[in-house]
Formats: sequence, C-alpha cells, structure tokens
Amino acid sequence: MIKAILIFNNHGKPRLSKFYEHYNEDTEQQIIRETFHLVSKRDENVCNFLEGGMLIGGSDYKLIYRHYATLYFVFCVDSSESELGILDLIQVFVETLDKCFENVCELDLIFHVDKVHNILAEMVMGGMVLETNMNEIITQVDAQNKMEKSEVMCFVTFINQCPCLDICSMQGHCFAFHTASASR
Amino acid sequence: MPAVSKGDGMRGLAVFISDIRNCKSKEAEIKRINKELANIRSKFKGDKALDGYSKKKYVCKLLFIFLLGHDIDFGHMEAVNLLSSNKYTEKQIGYLFISVLVNSNSELIRLINNAIKNDLSSRNPTFMCLALHCIANVGSREMAEAFASEIPRILVAGDTMDSVKQSAALCLLRLYKTSPDLVLMGEWTSRVVHLLNDQHMGVVTAAISLITCLSQKNPDEFKTCVSLAVSRLSRIVSSASTDLQDYTYYFVPAPWLSCKLLRLLQCYPPPEDGAVKGRLVECLETILNKAQEPPKSKKVQHSNAKNAILFEAISLIIHYDSEPNLLVRACNQLGQFLQHRETNLRYLALESMCTLASSEFSHEAVKTHIETVINALKTERDVSVRQRAADLLYAMCDRSNAKQIVAEMLSYLETADYSIREEMVLKVAILAEKYAVDYSWYVDTILNLIRIAGDYVSEEVWYRVIQIVINRDDVQGYAAKTVFEALQAPACHENMVKVGGYILGEFGNLIAGDPRSSPLVQFNLLHSKFHLCSVPTRALLLSAYIKFINLFPETKATIQEVLRCDSQIRNSDVELQQRAVEYLKLSSIASTDVLATVLEEMPPFPERESSILAKLKKKKGPGAVSVTELEDSKREGGELNGGGDRGPDTAAMAASNASTPSPSADLLGIRSAAPVGAAPASAGSLLVDVFSEAGPIAPSAAVNDDGFLSSAPPSEDPAPPLSEADELLNKFVCKNNGVLFENQLLQIGIKSEYRQNLGRMYLFYGNKTSVQFASFTTTVSCPGELQSHILSMHLCTKPVEPLVEGGAQIQQVLNIECLTDFSDAPLLNIKFRYGGALQNLTLKLPVTINKFFQPTEMTSSDFFQRWKQLSQPQQEAQKIFKANHSMDTEVLKAKLLGLGTALLDNVDPNPENYVCAGVIQTKGQQVGCLLRLEPNAQAQMYRLTLRCSKDSVSRRLCELLAEQF
Repeated sequence: MIKAILIFNNHGKPRLSKFYEHYNEDTEQQIIRETFHLVSKRDENVCNFLEGGMLIGGSDYKLIYRHYATLYFVFCVDSSESELGILDLIQVFVETLDKCFENVCELDLIFHVDKVHNILAEMVMGGMVLETNMNEIITQVDAQNKMEKSEVMCFVTFINQCPCLDICSMQGHCFAFHTASASR
Repeated sequence: MPAVSKGDGMRGLAVFISDIRNCKSKEAEIKRINKELANIRSKFKGDKALDGYSKKKYVCKLLFIFLLGHDIDFGHMEAVNLLSSNKYTEKQIGYLFISVLVNSNSELIRLINNAIKNDLSSRNPTFMCLALHCIANVGSREMAEAFASEIPRILVAGDTMDSVKQSAALCLLRLYKTSPDLVLMGEWTSRVVHLLNDQHMGVVTAAISLITCLSQKNPDEFKTCVSLAVSRLSRIVSSASTDLQDYTYYFVPAPWLSCKLLRLLQCYPPPEDGAVKGRLVECLETILNKAQEPPKSKKVQHSNAKNAILFEAISLIIHYDSEPNLLVRACNQLGQFLQHRETNLRYLALESMCTLASSEFSHEAVKTHIETVINALKTERDVSVRQRAADLLYAMCDRSNAKQIVAEMLSYLETADYSIREEMVLKVAILAEKYAVDYSWYVDTILNLIRIAGDYVSEEVWYRVIQIVINRDDVQGYAAKTVFEALQAPACHENMVKVGGYILGEFGNLIAGDPRSSPLVQFNLLHSKFHLCSVPTRALLLSAYIKFINLFPETKATIQEVLRCDSQIRNSDVELQQRAVEYLKLSSIASTDVLATVLEEMPPFPERESSILAKLKKKKGPGAVSVTELEDSKREGGELNGGGDRGPDTAAMAASNASTPSPSADLLGIRSAAPVGAAPASAGSLLVDVFSEAGPIAPSAAVNDDGFLSSAPPSEDPAPPLSEADELLNKFVCKNNGVLFENQLLQIGIKSEYRQNLGRMYLFYGNKTSVQFASFTTTVSCPGELQSHILSMHLCTKPVEPLVEGGAQIQQVLNIECLTDFSDAPLLNIKFRYGGALQNLTLKLPVTINKFFQPTEMTSSDFFQRWKQLSQPQQEAQKIFKANHSMDTEVLKAKLLGLGTALLDNVDPNPENYVCAGVIQTKGQQVGCLLRLEPNAQAQMYRLTLRCSKDSVSRRLCELLAEQF
C-alpha cells in the first residue's frame, strides 16, 4: 500500500501532499520535513530507495523517490509494493502531468493544486493503484476538463495578464524530460 | 492539446498565490494568510449568497493555505454544500476539500454520506467516481456502515462502466481494511475473483489489489484466484510487446499488473494442480529467460519495468522454495545484479539474496558471492546499499565463513556510518557467539568490538562476554590476559574498563604469576582508569578492588588506602560512598576465611537461550548482579524455612503466617515458599492435586481433626466451570485484586502479586449468610495436566478450615510457579454444605500468562529493531475488533500498565497508538513480547498486534487482550 505521496521542491517547500492514512495536520507537516531531510541529503546517482523516517513508520516502510530538476517526488510505501514498480509509477505520474500541462513545471503544480490532485486521483485511490495506463488517465482528465470548460466559460481569466506573475514564471523550469540525467 | 489549459485558472486565486510567493519573510506570509482567512470567513458568513464559482475559489484558497501547513477550521460546511451542486466543477472541488481536510470523525459525515448516496445512484459515471473516491479517502466506519453493502453490487453489476468498477474495487478494499466485519463477501466472492478475467486491464489492475488483500485474510475462500492469476500472467508474459497496446510500458507488457499477479501468488503455496503448476513454472522460466535477452530499448524505464517483474518472480520462487532448479537460476541472476552498474539493482539484489540465503537449496549458492558482497560493503557509495550488504553478510554467515565475515564486519565498523553502527555491533556480537568454535576467538572479537565501537556496544553485549567467560573455565586465563593487554592502551573505552574490571577481579590471579602483570601492576592499571569513569563503572571497579583483596592479600594495604581516602569514603554519590565504607570495613574486620567465602568466585550463570532475548531484557539492571542476588536469596530461603515446615504440626503455623495478607511484602520470599508449601502433600511434590487426592480419598491429618469431613465427604466430581467463568476471568487480566465471584451465599475476593515466574494469590471466601458452611473444601487444578502430563504451572495451597461461620471470612494462599506458557487458566472448585445441600461450583482462577510479565523499557529504535526481528508470520498475532469499553486515553493506559508490560512513550510515530514491551518469565524460558494497539476512535475499533518470540504466546495474549478494550 502507498501510505503517502509527497512532492516538494529543492528547498523543502511542499507542492503536493497526499496521505492515505490519517495523521493530524502537525504530524503531516513533520513527516514532510523529515522526509525532505532524509531525501535531500542524498547524492545524485545513489539508489532511489531508503528506509522511511521514524514518523512514518520506520523501517517497515520505504521511501521511493525521484528527483526531477527542482522537485522531489516521494512515495512512501509498505513492503507489499515492488520498488521498481513504484519508480515506474512515479514516471507515469510525471509523464502524465507533463502531457496535461504541456511541459509541466513547478509553477503548474503551485497554481493548479486541484488539477494535480485530480490527476493523482485517477492513478491512486485510497493508497492503491487504480490505473497505470497513461492514455486512459489522460482520457479521464480530458473528459473532466471538457465538462469544466462547458461550465466555467464565462469565468475564464487569463493568468498571463496578471502582472505579478511574470517574475515567478521565470523560475518555472520545466522539470520533466529535459533533465533526463536527473530522472534516473 | 494539453489537457489542462493554463488560461482557465481563477484570477483571485492566482493573485493570492503570487502574493504569498512574493512574501519576503515568514511573518509577512502569515500576515497575508491571516488576512485572506479573515476575508474568506467574512464572505462565508456574509448575508449575500455566494455563487458556485466564488465558493470554489475560496475553497481552493483554503486548500492552498492548508498545504502550506496552516490549520483550516472552517469552510467545511461550504464544501459540503458544493457536493450537492449539479455542476461538475463545484462538486469536484467540494469532494477534493473533503478528502483533503475532513477527518473521519467529523459531524458532517452524515451530510456527506447523503450527498454520496445521491451521487452513487445518479448513474453518472463521473459523479459516481467522485463519490467512490471520497469514500475511499475518508473510509470511516460510518461510511462503511452506509455503503458496505452497496459497493459490491456496483462492482459486479453488468452495466457498470469500467472506470466505475475500478473505483468501486479500491473503495471496497478501503472499507474492508477499516471495517472488515461490515464487508461481507460471501455471495460476491466468485464474481470478484472472476474480475481477474476482465477484458479491461484497468479493472484487473484495481481488482487485483482487492483480491490480494481478501486472499490474505481468507485464503481458502479465494483459492480459485490462483489458477486465474496463473493464466492471466501466462497470457501477459507470452504476449508480444505490442499486444497490450496502452498497457505496454516502454516495450514491456503490463509490468505493474504482472508484479501484482506475482504478489498475489505469493499468498498461496505452489499450485497443487499439475497443469497450473506447469504453466506457472513455464512463466517463471520465460521471465528469467527474458532477463538474458538484449534490451529492446536503452531507456532506463525499459529495464526498470523488466526487472520489476523479474524481482517479483524471484520472490515467488523463493517463497515456494521447492524448485531447486529455479532457485539456483534466481541466485545466479541476482549474482549478476550484484555487479550491475545500476545502484537500484544492486540494492534490490542484496535485499532479495537475504531471503534466498535462508533456503536450504540456495544457501550454498548464495555463499559463493561472499567476495562481491564484502566488496559492496567496502566500496558502495550509498549507505542504503551498504546496509543491505551488511544484512546479507549476516544472513549468509555460517560456521564455515563466520571468521571471515566477522573480521570484515569488524573492519568495516571502523568507518561505518553512525546510523548503522549499533545494528552492526549487535550483528557482530550475535555472529561471534553463535559460531564461536573456540572461545578465545569470541573474546578477541568482542573486545575488538568494544575497542572499535565502544559507544555502540550496548550493555547486553558486554554482560554476555562476562557470562561466557565465567561459564567456561577454559577461556578465563586467556580473557584475563587479553583484557589486561587491552587496558594498557592509553585511551580505552569505558566499556572496556568495565569488562576489564570484572574479569580481572574474578580471574586476575590466573595471570598474576607473570611479573609484568603482578597483582599490584593489575591494580594500578585499573585504578589509573578510575577517575575517568562514570559512577556505575567506578562502583564496579570498587567491587573489583575488594575481590583483589581476597585474591591477593599483598594488595590489601594499598587498596585499603585507596578506599580510605576522602574521595571514596566521603564521595557525594551514595552508592560509591556505601561501597567504599562497606568494603573497607569488610576487609578490616572479616577473617580470611570469611572474606574468601563472601568474595568467592562467581558461580556460573544459568544458560540463556538467545541473544535477542538477552537484548530484550535490557535495562533490567546489571544482570550479572541481580541474578546472583536472586540465587543467594533462594539458597537462604531454603535453609531458613525448609526444615521446619515439613512436619505437619508446623504446617498450620506456616499457613497462618503465609495467609497474613501482605501484598507489599518482598516477594523474593516466594521462591522459598513455593516448594515448602507443597511439602505436606506426601506424593506429588509440588502439585495442586494435593487436595483432590488427600481430601476425599484419604483425608489428611488437618482435615481429619475436625471430624466433619469424615461424616460427609463431598462425593461428587467437581462441577464443570460456570458458564460465566471466562467472563469473570477477563475482568482480571489487567488487574490483580477484586471480587472474583459473588452469589447469594458466597463472595470470593482475590488479591494477588507476581514477580518473575512466581505468584502468590490470596483468596478470601466470605460467607454472606448467617448460617455456617460445613465441609468447606477447595481444590485448585491445572486443566492441561490431565491430557498432556505437561504441567504449565505448579500450584500449591494449604487446606482451609472446613467450617465457615455465618458472616465470616476465611482466607487461603495459593503459590504459583509458572513452568511454561499456557492458555488455560487453573480451575478452582469449591464444595460446601449449606443447610444440608451440597454446593459445588467451579471457577477459573484469574491466572493468565500476562501475569508473569516483566516490563521492559526500550527506545524507539530498539523497539522497531526487535519488532523486525520477530517477523516470522507465526510470531505475530493480530486482531481487529470493535471497542467494548471506553476508548479514553487514561483508561487505556491504565489497562496496558495493568497488563504488566512497559508502556513506551514516543515510540510509535502515531501518538494515538500504544506500544508496550515485556518479557514473560516462565521457569523454562523467557518470552519476549512486543505489543502495538492502534485505536481508531472514529470507527470505535482497535487493531491489536502482538509479536512474541513464541507463537503460542502471541496467540494467547491476543485472545486475552481483545476482550479487554
């Protein structure tokens, strides 16, 4: 079972946290910090697995992670999951995000938390994998977007016109495939 | 076209997020957030009704604020309102808010359930999926109650869309995990299993997680899944890389599903049906063959997916452990991976090999990789991988390679990462002891261990070396010589000083012949370390000094001088001062003979079974000392009481002494009392049936005197236990005193106390009537003895007065010695005549295995390490059950403490959970037990997990405790 899915950037800022077991808010934040601490001190090119931190359940759980440019994608899983399988799953998740957002970057995750949650929900449900086929996932997300479009046409605003975003968007490096070396 | 257009966001939300990101300081950020929270709150409370869009915007803002780690305590109601909207966007954001923010005990659950119910019956697949997701995310008991019967119907209905089926499968799984009692699979079982045959691979993917979980819990009912899984797997494995279209991932057909199928098969033994088994073996061979084929792609994803399947196949082969041919191939494959350039593969290969090493077929094959593994330990850059290498070395160690492996581990220790040192030390210590052929090697190893990693050497490790040296006289001289040499190092670890002090104090005489290690040289060497040591070590050294006075009278003057100096005799530490004063007096007053007796060499320690147990005993105080103390007191007890009590005339006196209720009295006395009390009963030296024999058939002297018995001996057999006997028993699992039984005539109260494997129980029989009871007799028996002739307990009692006056109370003492672990409580049969009618009743005495618990304190890391060590399936017992009593924290804590274990704080990462540790002391062995209780207040359920070094104990404790909460 997948116990938690965390995305945070190189500075430890959470960009997505999804827990499939109940913790109170404080513990969740502590787990994110602990996990960041464990993962971020590791070199590149070491293996993608490590034992979980004490808060999340210690060595009964494994952290399986990938580092893409500015973001860490970390899945915390129990021993019933295949480590390499989860690595593939992370890859599918990122590729799906990349397709859905067109060259996804950290900013997309920040400004579209709800969308990211929706995409994740098409893959993982209650800590178990629902679907691994990227095309199927994208079809579902597309269908939802169509419905959304038809409902909110009148409220469309253009983020690009918002002046304060220009500075931010310069930090928005695409992280998906242009960093093949880091994606191992 | 991208699926998410960047233009459709909400302006207000985007501005807010940008504001936050532009905040220069944490304070500014908090200020901005508070402002926004106030704004949203006022909007929600305002008179003007918000439109769906605004609600959605505010809820999104709240989600963002929550992600940043701020508590959100409002907005829930607005989110619930969004659920009943007809617009997808609003509904969707409402569900999102609830799955992220609402925990399962919210009062809103009922409203949420209503909305879910509507969506489930809406026949709109998107809405149904949203609702199913919400159930799976919250997964509370109330939801299970509301939907557990509905969801299987959706799952197997013919007209359900595939995407809904997928969600329904995982939703059901979640409900089954939280409330297994509510999810009744019976009629659905076969249709659920047949989902493995579904056309849609996504449905199979979701269903297999459900089926795996159900199979683990009800293997027999789901047995048919084996052949279906094998045929599905075989179809995938033999398909070309393009057959499965979208489910082909980087040229590998359906890797995720293949892994899951192989995992499912690991829930079962090898298939019995020859055809199925043949097909499976063929699959496994194909998978192994494919590993040797050239890759279809250079991409790392391709090899990842391929190897994910390969590792699962290898796990299955190891799980079956029956096909030597496949096992050897698996081992060779892993051997290749050990040298692979991918770190991930090296890591996984080391991990898999660990399990392979325990198979008799492949243990030898694993051993051939020893050099590679040692090399990995030395050269891997990644500590996770090094740790796996250390684990594997430990697993592959046997008598033939122990010296090499221990030497390598020792040399690695010098540079090892701090995080794994303690574990390494323990492993070295265990291996050294387990495979020691000559004990001088063992002593060398442990002393090296202390020299290299002294800080990480826990107490049990150095206790153990002392125990072994004391028990084996062939190694004592060598040990004395070696510690003497080790102590010469200018800086040596305090643990070394402890071992040195102890061993020289006992066996320094063995090397005193050499002028280089003459008594005075030894003493000066030890004393040169004295001032650098902590109080406990100094105390130990003082004891070593007094032993020196006995061993070497020539050192007496020097040592007395040392003891006499102010820093000893007036030391501010009470323990040190007391030792100095007492030893000084002892050495000056006692004659040589007395000194030689008092300071005699330590007797051999009783053999202990396992190092893990020894480790579990940690923090019970210096084992070396307490064991001897106990033995001494036993000896004394025997001498003082033994003789006198044997005569029948003093029996009564002893009984009256013993029956004085003294719950606080030092229980060490029990040791002597136990055998003594049994003495009057001629035959069975320690047994309970003392009475059943002596009473009716040949009334013993004491009973005879009264004359009542002879006239009306209770002729009937003891009645069967009362129907409520078990219930009565359960009341006493967590407490020792109270009223065991009461009816109109009789009240039975109990006080009991336990120590180690001994217990004493005071039984108080109260006559509630105004008429006397005649021929009052009681019999205590051990239920198991009749069938098995193996006694789990020694019980002994003294006869009670056969007459109980109206309104009077008499008492009886029962001494208990636990010989081995047991399940059935002893029976207490009571017979008496009340107004001529014979009353005959049998109760269960509340003597349960947990009474012999010794609490064990330990740190979180120790706990989890031991938890892992007790990982064999039969060592674990688990139960999920509904709360029968209050779930209040204090009540729970009191119960867990009453159980006799140590309640460990700050061990479980989830503060709601309780973990406990203890050792059950029986005469024959000690059983380490770890307990974890996970309450789920929302669902009013508990999950209780026990891991004990003996499986019968796990099971029994689990049964007992499940009734308590």
